[in-house]
Amino acid sequence: MNDLISQVQSLLENKTIDIFIGYEKGTRKPRPAFVSKAEEAGKLIFNENCSGNLAVYLTRKDLVEGKKVGIAASYYTLKNIILLFDENQLKEDHLRIITLSEKGEIQLLQSLEEIKQRLKEMSAPAKADEEEWVRKIDAMTVSERWAFWTEELSRCFKCYACRAACPMCYCTKCIVEINRPQWIQPWASVFSNMDWQINRVMHMAGRCSDCGACGAACPVGIPIHLLSHKMAEAVKENFGEPDEKGNVLSTFKPDDKENFIV
Amino acid sequence: MKRKYISRHSLMNCLKKVQTDGISLYAPVTRGEQTDFRFITSVDDLSFDSVQTVRSAKAVAFPCSEKLFSYTKEKNDVQLQDYNPDVLPEVLVFGLHPCDAVGFGPLGSIFNWDTQDKPYNERRKRLTLISLACTRADEYCFCTSVGGGPGNTEGSDIQLTPIQEDGYLAEIITDKGNEWYEKYSSFFEEAAEDIRKENYLVEIPVKFNIEEVERKMTELFESDIWQLQSERCIGCGACAFVCPTCACFDIQEDAHGNTGNRIRCWDSCGFALFTLHTSGDNPRSTQSQRWRQRLMHKFSYMPERLTVVGCTGCGRCSRACPVDMNLSDNLKMFNYE
Ligand code: SF4
Ligand code: SF4
Ligand code: SF4
Ligand code: SF4
Repeated sequence: MNDLISQVQSLLENKTIDIFIGYEKGTRKPRPAFVSKAEEAGKLIFNENCSGNLAVYLTRKDLVEGKKVGIAASYYTLKNIILLFDENQLKEDHLRIITLSEKGEIQLLQSLEEIKQRLKEMSAPAKADEEEWVRKIDAMTVSERWAFWTEELSRCFKCYACRAACPMCYCTKCIVEINRPQWIQPWASVFSNMDWQINRVMHMAGRCSDCGACGAACPVGIPIHLLSHKMAEAVKENFGEPDEKGNVLSTFKPDDKENFIV
Repeated sequence: MKRKYISRHSLMNCLKKVQTDGISLYAPVTRGEQTDFRFITSVDDLSFDSVQTVRSAKAVAFPCSEKLFSYTKEKNDVQLQDYNPDVLPEVLVFGLHPCDAVGFGPLGSIFNWDTQDKPYNERRKRLTLISLACTRADEYCFCTSVGGGPGNTEGSDIQLTPIQEDGYLAEIITDKGNEWYEKYSSFFEEAAEDIRKENYLVEIPVKFNIEEVERKMTELFESDIWQLQSERCIGCGACAFVCPTCACFDIQEDAHGNTGNRIRCWDSCGFALFTLHTSGDNPRSTQSQRWRQRLMHKFSYMPERLTVVGCTGCGRCSRACPVDMNLSDNLKMFNYE
């Protein structure tokens, strides 16, 4: 950890960054921590248990507006950072990134190019559980699937932790908050909970890193990240991977499929 | 207070009898990794072993969405169908822990501090609370720091303490508990004189001095402690929605042409939308102001105005928080010289 701490200290001391977003020891697992003074960096940790997606803080105005930011980034955080760049939410010279090498060594990334390069070298963490669940759900008949999601989403009480935890949910006015017209009933009920999740996931099409933060945040344990995962799969199958121009659904290609347009 | 004994076997038979008597049963059920309150049809689904359910039992008296009244417009007239308490069920809330039973105190005082809230009071009046004293706890529990404890009987009509594998000490606490006991007394036996309840309870260390927290907080309204504590808070409603004492709600219209319903649904002071004015101004524009409101409301305004602390130390908010905003850790910061 000493490497991390001294790296962050020097970034802060030579004013390369104003704030560092990292992890500290938490109650049961590491939790987000923020450091703006070199002498506070001692509390920082970074290891394979640091799984929460910190990219969610990069669009938090009260935290980072006008500041140069350093951030500890795992695989999915890096993915989200690239997606946020694609959507013009980040400035390259205002961001420094610290990742872990396979051997657990600290690495400093200073440009978008370096982030992209590093991400190519890294392998995506296994998603065995998700894959298995998606296979199970895919194998269900339509009515079984309906029953499954009805039962799961009957527990949703619209706390919006899934939205709050997602790095890509940075809209200042979310569809659930719009009341003229009121697209989605704001109180919890099975159907309006479905409306909420369908809209959330559709809005994530081609923008989702598949990090799973949404599902991990749900206090009542609804596996909504499976919807995100399935959507990510469907987008990849039908529209391919994002390219240098940006994410899949924000970019136009002449040979894009049109067969889904009614 | 009467003290009785009930074996696990008798208890299960008693609960079955309660159900055949037409009383609904609301109790902890384990499903996958989580245990949560549900209306149950079979007592075999009951879970006795969880440290804590994900949500508190408050939804049984204050549902997460509820129809307050319906209306029909006819020419120049409006017909109202008012809230009908007659259709509400009698409910036995079974297996809640002392921190949940006591939570109906602060909850009820909010729903009665000026207007007597009909839906809440009508539901509440139909509840009997049989709590389970705690023989297990986890690092999030802090009931003993807010005036409660693993065997606190306040709020419960009857409290059961597991004293052996297959039996419970039953304390009959309120008049309602006594009526209930009289009705089902055949399931109970006499309790041995020498049973010492304390010996069976889990020990919960006191984490902070609550009077000191209240005092310091009141002085620190303008302090940067709120900013410091709330930096990582992402402003969701998880902490408020799982809490036994959070009572904030929103009023919504479910309109369908000439008919409609007025709906009340849970809301949270953690949401940015909560205080957003129509003008676009938001008097609590940052998460630190919203976090301050959450804590001040529970530990300063409620003690001051309702003479009750708005927290029972159940630890649910901290377990549910996606970013580990551990409440008792934060409250400890208000104990300094
Ligand atoms: S997996 Fe969930 S939290 Fe992560 S980017 Fe996708 S929608 Fe957002
Ligand atoms: S986090 Fe879970 S309960 Fe909360 S709104 Fe999302 S799906 Fe619903
Ligand atoms: S504030 Fe937290 S610990 Fe206190 S009663 Fe509410 S959920 Fe429980
Ligand atoms: S304290 Fe945690 S649960 Fe509560 S609003 Fe903040 S992030 Fe959500």
